[in-house]
Amino acid sequence: MARLTVADLEARAPAEAQVSDQPKIKVGMSTCGMAAGAEPVFVALEAELRRRSVEWRVARTGCAGMCSMEPLVEVTLPGQPAVMFGDVTPEFARHLAAACAAGKPLPVEKRVPGIADLARIAGEPVATEGGPRQYRIVMRNCGVIDPEEIDEYLDRGGYKALARVLSTMTPEQVIEELKVSGLRGRGGAGFPAWLKWSLTRESAGEEHLIVCNGDEGDPGAYMDRSVLEGDPHAVLEGMIIGGYVIGAKSGFFYIRAEYPLAIQRIEKALRQARASGLLGNNILGTDFSFNVEIRLGAGAFVCGEETALIASVEGKRGTPSPRPPYPSVKGLWGQPTMINNVESLANLTQIVLRGGEWFSGIGMGKSTGTKVFAVTGKVKHAGLVEIPMGMTLREVVEGICGGSASGSPIKAVQTGGPSGGLIPARELDTPITYEHLQKLGSYMGSGGMIVMDETDDLVELSRFYLGFCVDESCGKCAPCRIGGTQMLRLLDRIAAGKGNEGDIATIRRLAHAMQKASLCGLGQGAPNPVLSALRYFEPEFRGRLTSSGN
Amino acid sequence: MSPTGTEDDVAAIAKRWKNKRGSLIMALHGLQDRYGYVPREAAMSLGEQMDVPLARIYEVLTFYNYFRLKSPGKHVVSVCMGTACYLKGAPQLLSRASEELGIKPGETTADGEFHLQVVRCVGCCGLAPVVTVNAKLLAKVTGESLEAHLLTPTTAEDGKA
Ligand SMILES: Cc1cc2nc3c(=O)[nH]c(=O)nc-3n(C[C@H](O)[C@H](O)[C@H](O)COP(=O)(O)O)c2cc1C
Ligand code: FES
Repeated sequence: MARLTVADLEARAPAEAQVSDQPKIKVGMSTCGMAAGAEPVFVALEAELRRRSVEWRVARTGCAGMCSMEPLVEVTLPGQPAVMFGDVTPEFARHLAAACAAGKPLPVEKRVPGIADLARIAGEPVATEGGPRQYRIVMRNCGVIDPEEIDEYLDRGGYKALARVLSTMTPEQVIEELKVSGLRGRGGAGFPAWLKWSLTRESAGEEHLIVCNGDEGDPGAYMDRSVLEGDPHAVLEGMIIGGYVIGAKSGFFYIRAEYPLAIQRIEKALRQARASGLLGNNILGTDFSFNVEIRLGAGAFVCGEETALIASVEGKRGTPSPRPPYPSVKGLWGQPTMINNVESLANLTQIVLRGGEWFSGIGMGKSTGTKVFAVTGKVKHAGLVEIPMGMTLREVVEGICGGSASGSPIKAVQTGGPSGGLIPARELDTPITYEHLQKLGSYMGSGGMIVMDETDDLVELSRFYLGFCVDESCGKCAPCRIGGTQMLRLLDRIAAGKGNEGDIATIRRLAHAMQKASLCGLGQGAPNPVLSALRYFEPEFRGRLTSSGN
Repeated sequence: MSPTGTEDDVAAIAKRWKNKRGSLIMALHGLQDRYGYVPREAAMSLGEQMDVPLARIYEVLTFYNYFRLKSPGKHVVSVCMGTACYLKGAPQLLSRASEELGIKPGETTADGEFHLQVVRCVGCCGLAPVVTVNAKLLAKVTGESLEAHLLTPTTAEDGKA
């Protein structure tokens, strides 16, 4: 591939303008699709078309978010809207390919809602008022393009944001646009992105560095994996823009080793970007040079925490260190380092292209833009959703994901993973914003949303979450190491029906000590699931105490 | 060194990562990819070639759960115990696998055929509960489907855990 220039990208027409007289067939081939059997479906489609001497390409695409309906196949006949098929078997795939090849109408079985029915996509016209509930900025290409083909990304306006930044914007202007957008970090804490970018840029050092945090430690969440797999170039483009803004020459993707496909896709994206002059020396023919490498995690939750992450990228044990100094001042190898979550970076291109004001018009109050959630547990349609902030929890859980799968009523929703909290069903009308979730004793977190029904035991669940943090504690500070173990012992006792009145008070005291005195966010956040369970479901704990007459 | 391994592999890995900063963990991943675990001899040889003391290598290896210090056997069965899988019955799957194989999590069967372990989320939570057998991901696993897979684990799985 030839090296691209700013002019090439500006001149590139969007794919919508290209008309095709061939049916387009796409198979969802991300981790969930593959696990559900997408590969044999893909093979069956290709074989049947070949058998009928038709030379259409069957395309691979990323995760459309409808994980519970995988394998998914989307067929677009010339001049017609796309039709999505779910739970596709190899047998059905042959049937489908045969119908396409023969020019017959598409089968009516196995049809499921398509992307256009579920979501409006940033920058594309909306059909009707009261249309789809989801709004895709971060996931705009997921399930749409082949993530391994840079051309498909370019056809969707890819790298135009980078071209615009490099040719017409100063770093300060990008920061200003980010400030207007109101984008806040999507890795959990919700720190204003513009401020972090600006602080890192202004810190003095021999060099500046940028890291994309793809550790996705929350067990039960996989938003970042899907974006890395489904639209790797969008994350990379955001990172290159970040590098330009803070004055970095190198950047690192830190990805957990449990995500082999995401790693492979990022590796491929890096190779393609280098070959196209989008990475390396003199990017797009300008005097900006920037390189990116990959570093892998190795199964330690604490490494998602930024100071531990820095130690891990440096090739050491992932033990956190006290802040300040913040990484923006002293990070990798002691140099100013900007750490951004995958989803935070994936928002960048659209903020640059459509403007900060456009972005801040989406959402509610100080929670602007959209948020991707992995909704799992006891819901009917488990999967990924991207919604404008401010939508209520109920609309997500019941409206989009179909409510309880079992018929047993929903009891609670958990957000924020092992540092987050439970939200009881009676609070489901709460809008999803950083502030509202915090008021309920939970927090936004990185996007895990786990739904529990009346059959789920919240004493057990509290033990589960705390047990996770105790296992994952690095052991460096006493409040986390000792406090966590003590609290877990008390919970074990209560769960076994041997606890007493005093245990609940002791749990609260230990929790307070851990929150105040732990070195890093792991220990500070670890008591939250337990505290929120006590806050809303204390009778369940009390019902297990010896003195309660059991 | 493991019977399938050679000094050349370690040398290639050391050469690839030697002068890159912060690359020790990447080099160790290279060893584990190659051998399925990190053999002591390979770690020693890597340390010499990359000028990293063995103590520092082990300091890192023992911190991270992902690295294995012993050969895991032919089929690595990983039961996901992330929250989504936990809620959908992963604990029961784990006991079932444990019973079926006659080993506890973290152990390898005497014949070296199976290694059982717990993982914390493989990112496929929408299809919970999830079990992986080497590189193959099994979705919406039931006790029966797991058992069937343990009886005939070789179908369509290659690659490494
Ligand atoms: C225990 C712990 C685990 C964390 N895990 C992650 C993670 O997996 N991914 C992530 O992006 N941020 C994680 N964070 C937050 C990061 O420390 C950091 O705030 C974030 O990556 C910054 O990016 P953002 O500003 O774009 O959100 C974690 C924090 C703590 C305390
Ligand atoms: S919780 Fe099991 S795959 Fe995520």
